[in-house]
Amino acid sequence: MRLGKAVRGVAATLAGVLALTACGGGDEAGDKGPASLRMTVWSANEAHLKLFNEIADEYRKTHPDVAAITFDPLPFENYTTTLTTQIAGGNAPDLAWVFENSAPDFVASGALLPLDDKLKKTEGYQFEDISPATLKLWQDGGKLYAYPFSTSPFGVFVNTDLLKKAGQKTPAELIAAGQWNWDTALTVAGATAGATGKAGLVIRDFDYKGWDNLSTVWTGWGAQAWSEDGKSCGFAAPEMVEAMTTLHKAIFTGKALPGPGTTADFFAGDAAMTVTQISRASLLKPDGFGWDLVPLPAGPKGNYSVVGQAGVGVMKKSKNADAAADFLAFLTNPTNSAKLAQFFPPPRQSQLTAETLAKSNPTLKPEQLQKVVIDGITNGVVKPSHAGQAELSQQVRAGLDPLWKADADVKAVLDGVCTKIQPLLAK
Amino acid sequence: MSQTDTTVGGVEAPPTRDRSRPYWTSRRRDQLTGYLFIAPQLLGSAVFVILPLILVVWYSLHEWNVLAGTFEFVGSENYANLADDTNLGSVLRATGLFSVGLVVFNLGLALLLAVLLNQKLRGTIVFRTLFFSPVVVSLVAWTIVWGFLLQDNGGVNGLLDTVGVDGPNWLRGEGTAMFSVVVVQVFKNVGLNMVLFLAALQGVPAELYEAAEVDGASRLRQFWRITVPMISPTILLTSIITVVGSLQVFAQIAVLTQGGPGTSTTVLVYYLYQQAFQFHHFGYGATLSIVLFVIVLALTVLQWQMRKRWVHHES
Repeated sequence: MRLGKAVRGVAATLAGVLALTACGGGDEAGDKGPASLRMTVWSANEAHLKLFNEIADEYRKTHPDVAAITFDPLPFENYTTTLTTQIAGGNAPDLAWVFENSAPDFVASGALLPLDDKLKKTEGYQFEDISPATLKLWQDGGKLYAYPFSTSPFGVFVNTDLLKKAGQKTPAELIAAGQWNWDTALTVAGATAGATGKAGLVIRDFDYKGWDNLSTVWTGWGAQAWSEDGKSCGFAAPEMVEAMTTLHKAIFTGKALPGPGTTADFFAGDAAMTVTQISRASLLKPDGFGWDLVPLPAGPKGNYSVVGQAGVGVMKKSKNADAAADFLAFLTNPTNSAKLAQFFPPPRQSQLTAETLAKSNPTLKPEQLQKVVIDGITNGVVKPSHAGQAELSQQVRAGLDPLWKADADVKAVLDGVCTKIQPLLAK
Repeated sequence: MSQTDTTVGGVEAPPTRDRSRPYWTSRRRDQLTGYLFIAPQLLGSAVFVILPLILVVWYSLHEWNVLAGTFEFVGSENYANLADDTNLGSVLRATGLFSVGLVVFNLGLALLLAVLLNQKLRGTIVFRTLFFSPVVVSLVAWTIVWGFLLQDNGGVNGLLDTVGVDGPNWLRGEGTAMFSVVVVQVFKNVGLNMVLFLAALQGVPAELYEAAEVDGASRLRQFWRITVPMISPTILLTSIITVVGSLQVFAQIAVLTQGGPGTSTTVLVYYLYQQAFQFHHFGYGATLSIVLFVIVLALTVLQWQMRKRWVHHES
C-alpha cells in the first residue's frame, strides 16, 4: 500500500515535470498578444548585428503585432551544439541560422517549417530570382526548408607586404603569368615563412580539427569526402591520397603551413596567405598591411571553387512560426538582400553582378568580386555535408589525427579513416 | 495515542483519534520544527538530485530525436548498445588512465607540499598562497592559458628550449596529451588537497614525534608510522574527492584536446557529452551517465569499505 502510494507519487511528479518540459518546449501553438521573435546567428560582429537590427526595426514599423526581434549570437565553434541544446531544453529560437554541414540533419528531420508558399506569395519577393543551385542543399521532397542566406566562396587573402618583404612573387603576378596553382602557392608560402619567420599559408578554421575546410584544397585534385549519394567513403581514393600527400609534404617538409599545435592569425599579420571566405574581409584593418584577394589556386584538375553556405530557417516548434516566416520573407526580400550583400553573398541572380556587389563591398575590386565571388558561387562545390555529420565529423577527425605527424603513412591513415566512417555512411 | 477499533456493517472503520488529549504535544511540535528545519535541504535534494536522477534513468529508456521532436520508448536498447559500442573500451581506458594519473600525482604532490610547507620556516605562507591560488582561478581561463603554454611553439617548449631540450608537441601526441591534461588538472587543484593535508598535519600531537625521536626513529620512519596513520582520515577524504572529481573531468578535455588525438583523451564525461549534445543521441548519453554514476558509486563504496583496513582513529 505504502509502496503503491510512493510509486503514484513519483509518477505524478514525473508527469508534472514532463508536462512542464512540454510546455517549455514550445509545443503550444496559438500565441496571445504581440509576438517576440528570436533568431540565432553565428556572428557577434557589430556591423552585422547593426544591419540586422536596422532591418528588424524597419519591419516592426509596419508590423505592430511583433513586439520585438532579437538576434542571439552563439559562439561559432559550438554553434550547432548550442542550438540543438537550446532546442532540447525547450528554448528553441524562432529562426535559426544553419550551417551547410548540418543542413541534411535539419532539413530531413522536419524541424524546420516549409517556406516555399510564404516566400512565393510575398508581394515583390521575386522568388524565381533565387539561383536554383543555391537552393539544392535546403530542399527535401520538393519543399524548401531554409533560405540560402549566405553563399560564401572561399578565396585566398594575401598579405602582399609580407610576400614582397620575402622577395616572392605575389599571387596576382602568378595569375598574370598563368602560374597560380597549388605548387607555386605552397612554394611561395614556404619561402615566405622561411624568410620572415611568420607563417606561410593558413587554412582558416582548420587547426588540424576542422577537416572539412581541407575540401578547399582536395577539390583541386577532384577528391571528395564521400560519393554524391553519401554512401561510399572517398578518403582512400587515389585523388585524395595525392592531395593529402601534397598537403602533408607542405606542412612537414616545405613548412608552408604552420604545423599542428601552432596558431597564426592572418588578419593580425601573422601569415602570408589564408584560405577563407570573403565574408572574413570585415576582419581586415583599414590601416593594416597591404592585401589582395585571389581565387583558390588551380589543382591538377584545373580551376575550381568551394563555397560555404548558411541557410536561415524557421523552427516548426516556434510559437510564432508564421510571424517568423513573415519576417524571414522581409529580411530576404530584394531590397534587404542587397543591403545584406555587403557581408553575405546573396543567392539572387540579379544581385550577383560585380557592379551590384561593388556598391556594398567598397573594399573589394570589381575583378575580385567577379573572379572570387560571382564565379565562385556559379561554379562552386559546397563543403562536405551528410546526415549525422557531427558523428561522422568526429570519426574523421580522430581518423585523420595520425596524419599530422612527420612520419605518417598517408595511404594507411586514409584507409583507416574509411574503415572508421564506412559503417556510418552505409546507415 | 490510544485508538478505538469499531466495525460498521461488518466493515472495519478507520481508527479514530483520542480527542481527550491535545494533538500538538510538545513532542509533535519538536518533530515539526525539525522537519521544517530540514525541509529546504530535503526539497533541494529532491528537486536537484533525486528528480534529475530519476529523469536520467527515464531518458535512458528512450530514444529522443531533438530535431525531429520524437521521444520514443526503447526499453533496454540503449543498455544493450553499450556492448556494441566499439569506442567504449578506449573511453573507459582513457577515463581510468586519467583517474589513476590524477589521484597519484595530485595526492602525492599535495602531501609532499603540505609536509614541506608545514615546516617552521620563513616564507611558507607565501608559498602556501601561491600553491592555493589556482584553486580560485576560473577553470576555463586556467585551461585556455595552459593551452597556449602547451602549444608546439608555446611557453613550456620555450623554457625547455632555453636548456637545449626539444620539447614534444604536448597536446598532439597520444601519450603526451593525456599526461598534459593530468598535469594541468593537478596544478589547478593540488592547493586544495594541500590545505586539507596541512590542517591534518597540524593536528598531529607533537609529543608523538618527540617520543619517536627519543626512541631513535628516523624522519622517514616517523612519517610512515606516525604522520600517515594520524592523517589517514584526511587521506580518505581527499582520495574520495579526487577520485570522484577525476571521473567528472570535462572542461579541460573540451578546451585542450576535444578528446584527441584520436580518442586518446576521450574520457567518459566528454564521450557522453558528445553522444548527447553533438551526435543528438540523448538516450544513449543518458545511459552513459548512468554508467558513470554506477562507477562513481562503486568506487566510493569500495573506498569507504577499505577505510576499515587503513584509516586510523576511526570510531
